[in-house]
Amino acid sequence: MEQKTKINAEDGKQELLITREFDLPLELLFKAYVEPEILEQWMGTKVLKLENKKHGSWQFETTDPQGNKHGFSGVIHEFIDQQRITRTFEMENTSLGAQLEFLEFEKLGDDRSKLNMHIVYRSAAIRDQYLQFGMSRGMDLAHNRLQKVAEKLK
Amino acid sequence: MNLRRDVFQAIADPTRRAILVLVASQSMTAGTIASNFDTARPTVSKHLQILTECELLTQEQNGREIYYHLNPKKMKEIADFVEPFRKLWEDRFNKLETIMKNYKPKK
Repeated sequence: MEQKTKINAEDGKQELLITREFDLPLELLFKAYVEPEILEQWMGTKVLKLENKKHGSWQFETTDPQGNKHGFSGVIHEFIDQQRITRTFEMENTSLGAQLEFLEFEKLGDDRSKLNMHIVYRSAAIRDQYLQFGMSRGMDLAHNRLQKVAEKLK
Repeated sequence: MNLRRDVFQAIADPTRRAILVLVASQSMTAGTIASNFDTARPTVSKHLQILTECELLTQEQNGREIYYHLNPKKMKEIADFVEPFRKLWEDRFNKLETIMKNYKPKK
């Protein structure tokens, strides 16, 4: 099976690279990032605030299966339509602190586009901690799928 | 391949995932770990045994107590460590793609 989403996390580095190609025109890919009601659907989060402009800020809130609310927020440093979003991201009420995210949107063809997401953490240790945290949360969200994979490997 | 299967099985269980997250914050004894769960103590011991066998946890003797540590090196060595994180994004992006393919602009 083709893996469309690629993650590059080099050992000992404080950064992470996520890349993905979409069968979508650049315009639609970008729209999915800036329209709150669309973003809510694919990110599975509630958008409390999303100011798509330089010096703007954003705030999301997710509710886990236990009913606990988790806040995510940051500020937007650069916003270039259909090209780039530079922003900070912070998982509130954790010790992980803020991370810097560079989102680059690229046109590959009329119906093809690509997203490069470059995330810089405060330290390599925090990046790994974040990946571990992502593991536990991601595991819950993608659990059924993973279980199927695990069952096949038995 | 064998190792990978074991790790997948190890983290496919919600209690074992919860144990890993718990021990990630600090190393602790089996008793302390068990006190965080409603599950029967022998069941928790079994989970700890599985996690130790596939080296996600390591044991350290400290006087009369055995402390369990998360073995982040092992977790990083396993390529699949990043896999759930990747899958999380893959699922999100697949959803994004599906939504936008059906998107009808409001004109």
